[in-house]
Amino acid sequence: MSLGESSSPLGKVRGLGSAREGGEHWLTERVTSIALLLLGTWFIASLLLLPKLDPQTFTEWLRAPSGAIPMALLIIVGFKHALDGMKVFIDDYVHEPGSNFVINTLLLFVAVAGGAIALFALASLVFGAPA
Amino acid sequence: MVVSILHRATGIALSLAGLAVLTWWLVALSKGPDAYATFDKASHHPLGIVVLVGLTWSFFQHLLSGIRHLTMDTGAAFELGVNKRFAVLTIIGSVVLTALLWAWLMGVRP
Repeated sequence: MSLGESSSPLGKVRGLGSAREGGEHWLTERVTSIALLLLGTWFIASLLLLPKLDPQTFTEWLRAPSGAIPMALLIIVGFKHALDGMKVFIDDYVHEPGSNFVINTLLLFVAVAGGAIALFALASLVFGAPA
Repeated sequence: MVVSILHRATGIALSLAGLAVLTWWLVALSKGPDAYATFDKASHHPLGIVVLVGLTWSFFQHLLSGIRHLTMDTGAAFELGVNKRFAVLTIIGSVVLTALLWAWLMGVRP
Protein backbone atom coordinates (compact mmCIF):
# COMPACT_ATOMS: atom_id res chain seq x y z
CA MET A 1 0.00 0.00 0.00
CA SER A 2 1.54 3.27 -1.06
CA LEU A 3 0.79 6.46 0.87
CA GLY A 4 3.29 8.62 -0.97
CA GLU A 5 2.58 11.87 -2.79
CA SER A 6 2.16 10.04 -6.05
CA SER A 7 -0.59 7.69 -4.88
CA SER A 8 -4.16 8.35 -5.93
CA PRO A 9 -6.78 9.60 -3.42
CA LEU A 10 -8.35 6.13 -3.47
CA GLY A 11 -4.98 4.55 -2.78
CA LYS A 12 -4.48 6.83 0.23
CA VAL A 13 -7.69 5.81 1.96
CA ARG A 14 -7.49 2.09 1.18
CA GLY A 15 -6.85 0.19 4.35
CA LEU A 16 -7.54 3.29 6.45
CA GLY A 17 -11.29 2.90 6.47
CA SER A 18 -13.75 1.64 9.04
CA ALA A 19 -12.32 0.09 12.16
CA ARG A 20 -15.08 -2.53 11.72
CA GLU A 21 -16.17 -1.92 15.27
CA GLY A 22 -17.87 0.84 17.21
CA GLY A 23 -21.26 0.55 15.56
CA GLU A 24 -22.63 -1.34 18.52
CA HIS A 25 -21.23 1.22 20.98
CA TRP A 26 -22.86 4.03 18.98
CA LEU A 27 -26.21 2.25 18.92
CA THR A 28 -26.07 1.27 22.62
CA GLU A 29 -25.51 4.92 23.52
CA ARG A 30 -28.72 5.83 21.66
CA VAL A 31 -30.79 2.97 23.05
CA THR A 32 -29.74 3.73 26.64
CA SER A 33 -30.49 7.42 26.02
CA ILE A 34 -34.07 6.55 25.07
CA ALA A 35 -34.38 4.38 28.19
CA LEU A 36 -33.04 7.25 30.31
CA LEU A 37 -35.55 9.61 28.72
CA LEU A 38 -38.23 7.43 30.35
CA LEU A 39 -36.39 6.61 33.59
CA GLY A 40 -35.15 10.18 34.09
CA THR A 41 -38.63 11.59 33.57
CA TRP A 42 -39.99 8.98 36.01
CA PHE A 43 -37.37 9.99 38.60
CA ILE A 44 -38.05 13.74 38.38
CA ALA A 45 -41.84 13.28 38.24
CA SER A 46 -41.74 10.94 41.27
CA LEU A 47 -39.70 13.42 43.31
CA LEU A 48 -42.15 16.18 42.45
CA LEU A 49 -45.17 14.05 43.39
CA LEU A 50 -43.81 12.81 46.74
CA PRO A 51 -45.78 14.42 49.59
CA LYS A 52 -42.56 15.21 51.50
CA LEU A 53 -38.84 15.13 50.71
CA ASP A 54 -37.67 13.47 53.92
CA PRO A 55 -35.81 10.15 54.39
CA GLN A 56 -38.95 8.31 55.61
CA THR A 57 -40.90 9.24 52.47
CA PHE A 58 -37.93 8.43 50.18
CA THR A 59 -37.44 5.04 51.85
CA GLU A 60 -41.14 4.15 51.68
CA TRP A 61 -41.14 5.11 47.97
CA LEU A 62 -38.02 3.08 47.13
CA ARG A 63 -39.01 0.01 49.18
CA ALA A 64 -42.12 -0.54 47.05
CA PRO A 65 -41.56 -2.47 43.78
CA SER A 66 -42.95 0.52 41.84
CA GLY A 67 -40.04 2.58 43.18
CA ALA A 68 -37.32 -0.05 43.55
CA ILE A 69 -37.52 -1.55 40.07
CA PRO A 70 -37.30 1.68 38.04
CA MET A 71 -34.59 2.93 40.42
CA ALA A 72 -32.52 -0.22 39.86
CA LEU A 73 -32.93 0.26 36.11
CA LEU A 74 -32.03 3.95 36.39
CA ILE A 75 -28.81 3.03 38.22
CA ILE A 76 -27.81 0.32 35.72
CA VAL A 77 -28.72 2.22 32.55
CA GLY A 78 -27.45 5.52 33.99
CA PHE A 79 -23.99 4.17 34.78
CA LYS A 80 -23.83 2.34 31.42
CA HIS A 81 -24.79 5.48 29.48
CA ALA A 82 -22.29 7.56 31.49
CA LEU A 83 -19.57 4.99 30.76
CA ASP A 84 -20.35 5.00 27.03
CA GLY A 85 -20.46 8.81 26.89
CA MET A 86 -17.24 9.29 28.84
CA LYS A 87 -15.52 6.78 26.53
CA VAL A 88 -16.39 8.92 23.51
CA PHE A 89 -14.96 11.96 25.31
CA ILE A 90 -11.74 10.12 26.24
CA ASP A 91 -11.31 8.61 22.75
CA ASP A 92 -11.64 12.12 21.28
CA TYR A 93 -8.83 13.57 23.37
CA VAL A 94 -6.49 10.74 24.42
CA HIS A 95 -4.98 9.30 21.24
CA GLU A 96 -1.90 7.53 22.55
CA PRO A 97 -3.00 3.85 22.66
CA GLY A 98 -1.35 3.09 26.02
CA SER A 99 -2.87 6.05 27.90
CA ASN A 100 -6.18 5.52 26.12
CA PHE A 101 -6.34 1.92 27.35
CA VAL A 102 -5.34 2.84 30.90
CA ILE A 103 -7.87 5.68 31.22
CA ASN A 104 -10.69 3.68 29.62
CA THR A 105 -9.99 0.71 31.89
CA LEU A 106 -9.91 2.98 34.95
CA LEU A 107 -13.19 4.54 33.81
CA LEU A 108 -14.76 1.09 33.39
CA PHE A 109 -13.71 0.05 36.92
CA VAL A 110 -15.04 3.29 38.46
CA ALA A 111 -18.35 2.98 36.61
CA VAL A 112 -18.88 -0.67 37.57
CA ALA A 113 -17.86 -0.01 41.19
CA GLY A 114 -20.13 3.05 41.41
CA GLY A 115 -23.07 1.18 39.94
CA ALA A 116 -22.49 -1.75 42.31
CA ILE A 117 -22.37 0.56 45.36
CA ALA A 118 -25.59 2.31 44.30
CA LEU A 119 -27.35 -1.01 43.62
CA PHE A 120 -26.18 -2.45 46.95
CA ALA A 121 -27.49 0.62 48.79
CA LEU A 122 -30.84 0.26 47.04
CA ALA A 123 -30.94 -3.46 47.84
CA SER A 124 -30.25 -2.87 51.53
CA LEU A 125 -33.05 -0.27 51.54
CA VAL A 126 -35.46 -2.72 49.95
CA PHE A 127 -34.50 -5.95 51.71
CA GLY A 128 -33.10 -4.57 54.97
CA ALA A 129 -35.10 -4.13 58.14
CA PRO A 130 -37.49 -1.17 58.02
CA ALA A 131 -35.87 1.92 59.52
CA MET B 1 -22.21 24.50 18.15
CA VAL B 2 -22.62 25.92 21.67
CA VAL B 3 -25.41 23.43 22.32
CA SER B 4 -23.24 20.58 21.08
CA ILE B 5 -20.49 21.57 23.52
CA LEU B 6 -23.09 21.95 26.28
CA HIS B 7 -24.32 18.43 25.54
CA ARG B 8 -20.85 17.10 26.20
CA ALA B 9 -20.16 19.31 29.23
CA THR B 10 -23.49 18.50 30.90
CA GLY B 11 -22.97 14.81 30.10
CA ILE B 12 -19.63 14.86 31.92
CA ALA B 13 -21.15 16.78 34.84
CA LEU B 14 -23.98 14.26 35.12
CA SER B 15 -21.60 11.29 34.82
CA LEU B 16 -19.22 12.51 37.51
CA ALA B 17 -21.19 14.73 39.90
CA GLY B 18 -24.72 13.52 39.10
CA LEU B 19 -24.10 9.82 39.63
CA ALA B 20 -21.92 10.56 42.66
CA VAL B 21 -24.75 12.53 44.31
CA LEU B 22 -27.31 9.85 43.38
CA THR B 23 -25.08 7.12 44.87
CA TRP B 24 -24.34 9.18 47.98
CA TRP B 25 -28.06 9.82 48.45
CA LEU B 26 -28.91 6.09 48.17
CA VAL B 27 -26.09 5.06 50.51
CA ALA B 28 -27.13 7.73 53.03
CA LEU B 29 -30.75 6.57 52.88
CA SER B 30 -29.76 2.92 53.36
CA LYS B 31 -27.61 3.71 56.40
CA GLY B 32 -30.34 5.30 58.46
CA PRO B 33 -31.15 8.72 59.95
CA ASP B 34 -27.66 9.67 61.18
CA ALA B 35 -25.95 9.09 57.84
CA TYR B 36 -28.82 10.81 56.08
CA ALA B 37 -28.44 13.89 58.31
CA THR B 38 -24.98 14.47 56.79
CA PHE B 39 -26.35 14.31 53.26
CA ASP B 40 -29.30 16.48 54.24
CA LYS B 41 -27.01 19.11 55.72
CA ALA B 42 -24.79 19.18 52.62
CA SER B 43 -27.77 19.37 50.26
CA HIS B 44 -29.18 22.36 52.17
CA HIS B 45 -25.86 24.21 52.29
CA PRO B 46 -25.79 27.14 49.78
CA LEU B 47 -22.97 25.42 47.89
CA GLY B 48 -24.92 22.15 47.88
CA ILE B 49 -27.95 23.92 46.46
CA VAL B 50 -25.78 25.46 43.71
CA VAL B 51 -24.57 21.94 42.82
CA LEU B 52 -28.10 20.51 42.83
CA VAL B 53 -29.52 23.36 40.73
CA GLY B 54 -26.56 22.94 38.37
CA LEU B 55 -27.24 19.22 38.11
CA THR B 56 -30.96 19.66 37.45
CA TRP B 57 -30.18 22.20 34.73
CA SER B 58 -27.55 19.82 33.31
CA PHE B 59 -30.12 17.01 33.36
CA PHE B 60 -32.73 19.01 31.43
CA GLN B 61 -30.17 20.49 29.01
CA HIS B 62 -28.67 17.06 28.29
CA LEU B 63 -32.14 15.53 27.93
CA LEU B 64 -33.35 18.20 25.48
CA SER B 65 -30.13 18.38 23.44
CA GLY B 66 -30.17 14.57 23.52
CA ILE B 67 -33.60 14.61 21.89
CA ARG B 68 -32.15 17.04 19.35
CA HIS B 69 -29.27 14.67 18.60
CA LEU B 70 -31.62 11.68 18.28
CA THR B 71 -33.72 13.70 15.82
CA MET B 72 -30.62 14.62 13.85
CA ASP B 73 -29.53 10.96 13.85
CA THR B 74 -32.59 10.28 11.72
CA GLY B 75 -31.32 12.83 9.21
CA ALA B 76 -33.88 15.48 10.14
CA ALA B 77 -33.49 19.08 11.33
CA PHE B 78 -30.24 19.83 9.48
CA GLU B 79 -31.70 22.87 7.70
CA LEU B 80 -29.91 25.93 9.09
CA GLY B 81 -32.99 27.75 10.39
CA VAL B 82 -34.64 24.70 11.91
CA ASN B 83 -31.39 23.51 13.42
CA LYS B 84 -30.66 26.88 15.04
CA ARG B 85 -34.19 27.23 16.41
CA PHE B 86 -34.05 23.70 17.85
CA ALA B 87 -30.71 24.48 19.52
CA VAL B 88 -31.99 27.71 21.07
CA LEU B 89 -35.15 25.92 22.24
CA THR B 90 -33.10 23.35 24.19
CA ILE B 91 -31.49 26.17 26.21
CA ILE B 92 -34.76 28.02 26.83
CA GLY B 93 -36.44 24.72 27.70
CA SER B 94 -33.76 23.61 30.16
CA VAL B 95 -33.75 26.96 31.97
CA VAL B 96 -37.57 27.07 32.17
CA LEU B 97 -37.83 23.44 33.38
CA THR B 98 -35.12 24.00 36.01
CA ALA B 99 -36.90 27.15 37.27
CA LEU B 100 -40.26 25.34 37.38
CA LEU B 101 -38.81 22.35 39.23
CA TRP B 102 -37.13 24.45 41.90
CA ALA B 103 -40.18 26.69 42.27
CA TRP B 104 -42.24 23.54 42.87
CA LEU B 105 -39.67 22.18 45.36
CA MET B 106 -39.82 25.49 47.25
CA GLY B 107 -43.57 25.09 47.60
CA VAL B 108 -44.83 27.31 44.80
CA ARG B 109 -48.07 25.82 43.43
CA PRO B 110 -50.06 26.98 40.40
